[in-house]
Amino acid sequence: MKAYDLAELAVRNLRESVLRNSLTTVGISVGVASLVAMLSLGIGLQQLATRRLVRSGLFDTVVVTSRRDLRNFNRGDDAGGLDPAHSPVLDEPSRQKIEQLPNVMEAYPDLRFITSFTYDEKPRLTMAAGVPFSYKTNDAFEGMQGSFFSSDMAPEVILQKSFAAELLGKTPKPGTEEAPVAELAKPLVGKEMTMRYAEKVDSATPATETNESTSNESTESAATTYSIQSHELKLRIVGVTDLDPDSMRGPVRARVLLPLKLLESLHVMQPTTMRDTTQATSKTPTYSTVSVRVKNPGKIQLVEDAIKKMGFNTFSILDATRSVRRFFTVLDLFLGIFGSLALAVASIGIVNTLVMAILERRREIGIMKAIGASDYDVKKLFFAEAGVMGLLGGALGVALGWTIGRVINLGTNVYLRSQDLAPEQIWFVPWWLVGSAIAFAIIVSLLSGLYPAARAARLDPVQALRYE
Amino acid sequence: MTAGIDSSFSARAAIRTENVCRHYVMGESLIRAVDGISLSITSGEFVALLGTSGSGKSSLLNLIAGLDRPTSGTVVVEGKNLAELSREDLARHRLHTVGMVFQSFNLIPSMTVIENVELPLRFAEVDRSQRAALARQALDRVGLGKRLDHRPSELSGGEQQRTALARALINRPKLLLADEPTGNLDSRTGTEIMNLIREFNESLGMTVVMVTHERALAGQYAERLIFLADGKLVDDQPNTAAVAVPSQGGRA
Repeated sequence: MKAYDLAELAVRNLRESVLRNSLTTVGISVGVASLVAMLSLGIGLQQLATRRLVRSGLFDTVVVTSRRDLRNFNRGDDAGGLDPAHSPVLDEPSRQKIEQLPNVMEAYPDLRFITSFTYDEKPRLTMAAGVPFSYKTNDAFEGMQGSFFSSDMAPEVILQKSFAAELLGKTPKPGTEEAPVAELAKPLVGKEMTMRYAEKVDSATPATETNESTSNESTESAATTYSIQSHELKLRIVGVTDLDPDSMRGPVRARVLLPLKLLESLHVMQPTTMRDTTQATSKTPTYSTVSVRVKNPGKIQLVEDAIKKMGFNTFSILDATRSVRRFFTVLDLFLGIFGSLALAVASIGIVNTLVMAILERRREIGIMKAIGASDYDVKKLFFAEAGVMGLLGGALGVALGWTIGRVINLGTNVYLRSQDLAPEQIWFVPWWLVGSAIAFAIIVSLLSGLYPAARAARLDPVQALRYE
Repeated sequence: MTAGIDSSFSARAAIRTENVCRHYVMGESLIRAVDGISLSITSGEFVALLGTSGSGKSSLLNLIAGLDRPTSGTVVVEGKNLAELSREDLARHRLHTVGMVFQSFNLIPSMTVIENVELPLRFAEVDRSQRAALARQALDRVGLGKRLDHRPSELSGGEQQRTALARALINRPKLLLADEPTGNLDSRTGTEIMNLIREFNESLGMTVVMVTHERALAGQYAERLIFLADGKLVDDQPNTAAVAVPSQGGRA
């Protein structure tokens, strides 16, 4: 029999005992609904937990620090490896070496410092950081108002929204709602702001300007001698972002963001400069942190291992989320098992319905065989009926599960609001879940149809047609 | 072998059985429904299988139809030994070589007249576009041009049997097997149905094997009468009376 004929006959047969088949289909859909509702909650909770991390765009980033960094003595998990005192310095040659590693897209230094910005004639001290131009294409700045830097050297600046609010005198009082980013961006984008900064000048040539200049007369090496000059730079505000600097790692963890190349060219005095003065033996710049972007997030472990082998400490979001992801995998598994239980019960319903249908349609099966239906035709017909019930039950179940998830989400948000907490999306139905839930329902239905279909196919037409 | 249908003198056997047996075990006892029957039916013949109920005539018909398999012996229909066919091939035999009508019509109650007639075409994987036309043609042949969209329960017995006949014809089989085709009909309707069957035998050259317990009916239409009792063939005689019927034409 042709597929279309088969489907048509199957649907027709299902309509013949519409109540029983509808109830069976509802059974399947309840099973699928529980599966979808459980998994969508699992997925939603997982997304809730990792959303901020994903938004940071740092899933492909490894943060590299030197083992010499004093901070690392406190970190137990970094125990082992090279003795910190003998580990390499994180300087420009090291950065280049890291950049040459396989699977590495770029490695850029973490430039950040506290300095003064003057807007509307009021100076304010805050943390500024350099952002590599490649961030233009990753999703870290999703939800930003305005635009990204026009070039890597443009004297432009992106503000974090709390700083933007501060500039406008709109800093929210504790407990009140923050102003939306768009509202903050409107009066600021396009305006100018002045940054005062301290330039570190390696004093091969003696400093001529005396303004705030300090000379470090080192006995060891001329290379560690530098002076500091104060400068001002006019910057144009191009964007306001709602990134939360406290929850991020890497270059976006600052309230004022500038193009990285521009910052590098300014040779701004870094907080680590003083310390490096006592450590560094070369003339090349040293960095407290280098951020390494990996070509493919799947390769992040390989890159981390390679960098560790060079003698540096590494940190990636992968480390931070590993246990979170493991937890959610287990959670999803449990939720999936509970959801599937209902579907297993429903599959017994299918077996029952189809076996009943055989008893009821004995004569019809006998007639079909007498006029030329093969065992295979009969088997396919019962199979198709099971499949149609699975398809309908699956589709209905996804809709039902979606609704249940929505209701749970709504209820949760009503509760959260009553507790003065912000509403959250704890429920999410991805397309793959829709597709695989329906496919799963069909597969379960077909499996349930195996026995009835085989039984119907084996039916002896002479027996079936015997006059009752 | 294949072109012999229209040749009235072809001695080719449409059906040949050799010592065919069909035994059932029912409880503790063995029932010999068909017990060593050997016969040969020529292509184009109109044969009646006669006997009391339980004589084995329907069981023999089921063996010829390929609905059942013999316990021993052979049944050869249109050159094929049915005992050697796979279940799939046996289904193909029922679909293409044999058309069946029954006493209780055996229409599918949830389908309309035209859908019932079309059903064998679905199993034969005939294109949708051709099915309706073929079904209408077959229904015209049995004189049922109207009420095509009615369900069997809405039809008279005669109309139901006409539908069943149209369904039996739809795949143009060489054999028409009829199991008490008039058993559920009044005598006037029964005559109409029998006339149709005779017409198929004559104009389409179909070999007809009809099971009946009505000696008179068999005598009126069949050209050969085979009597069964207790699963055995007890008499096999040509029916000269049927030849005398004017509509039988020049059949020998």
